[in-house]
Amino acid sequence: MIRRILPHPLLSLFVALIWMLLVNRFAWGSLVFALALGLIIPIVTESYWPDRARIRNPLGIAGYIAIVLHDIIKANIDVAKIVLFKPSRELQPAWLVVPLDITTPEAIAVLMGTITLTPGTVSCDLAEDGSALLVHALHCPDPQDAIDEMKTRYEARLKEIFL
Amino acid sequence: MSILTEILVAALLVTGGVFGLVGAWGLVRLPDMMTRLHGPTKAATLGVGSVLIASMLHFWLHHGILSWHELLITIFVFITSPITGLFIAKAHMHLSWQQGELPRPPSGVEWSTYGEGAENSPIVTVEGPEKPCE
Repeated sequence: MIRRILPHPLLSLFVALIWMLLVNRFAWGSLVFALALGLIIPIVTESYWPDRARIRNPLGIAGYIAIVLHDIIKANIDVAKIVLFKPSRELQPAWLVVPLDITTPEAIAVLMGTITLTPGTVSCDLAEDGSALLVHALHCPDPQDAIDEMKTRYEARLKEIFL
Repeated sequence: MSILTEILVAALLVTGGVFGLVGAWGLVRLPDMMTRLHGPTKAATLGVGSVLIASMLHFWLHHGILSWHELLITIFVFITSPITGLFIAKAHMHLSWQQGELPRPPSGVEWSTYGEGAENSPIVTVEGPEKPCE
């Protein structure tokens, strides 16, 4: 019963929150409208979301966001240094193959987004069976080291968050 | 309106401008398509982020309005920029990389760009830039 009214509780909460942020100032009327949207939109779009993202550790999300924000700032400074001061012939671009332990589509999508936003790497493709990621690195003298860092820093944490 | 907060806002705006410029310069000077992708997907995120934080602080400290729109813009930029990057990379792989030039996935299957479904892809592979794409 609760499943039929609220097929995606997290999505409902997120839609309501986004609406409140869009309105930009608090009013009870907007809150009612936000909750109504949060109820209706997930029901109408339910056929596009066959599975629910199951989250084991909601507190881990905050820690993950903090680490990613920290890395984005570091990545920007690193990439800016490479762009400004490293001559093109000293650049060592590399393709990395990152084997995956996580299996849920949501976790893999978050990992791909994180890799693209952080230190000198862009995620380019996923293996057909979802077992590995193809990542392009801007400057990577030691590929194995970079792969291990992605696995321990991001993937291990995502494994804790997503069931 | 204190001088200190004004300096803070100005510093954030300058940082944002500098990183945006570096991202654009990276797009111009890096040697090939794949490395060029790194400039705008990263340097630009911090550039946009700083400008948005500056805007939030300015309206909060100087006008007393707490504005949440900037937070939304940040979230949407951070969600959409990896997707744009991924699609540019995939289109580039279709057009100018042969399967053999890339490392293979360890489990023995193909990358999804070159797999069975890729046959039906609307993107046509061309040999080089000298051949016009029809």
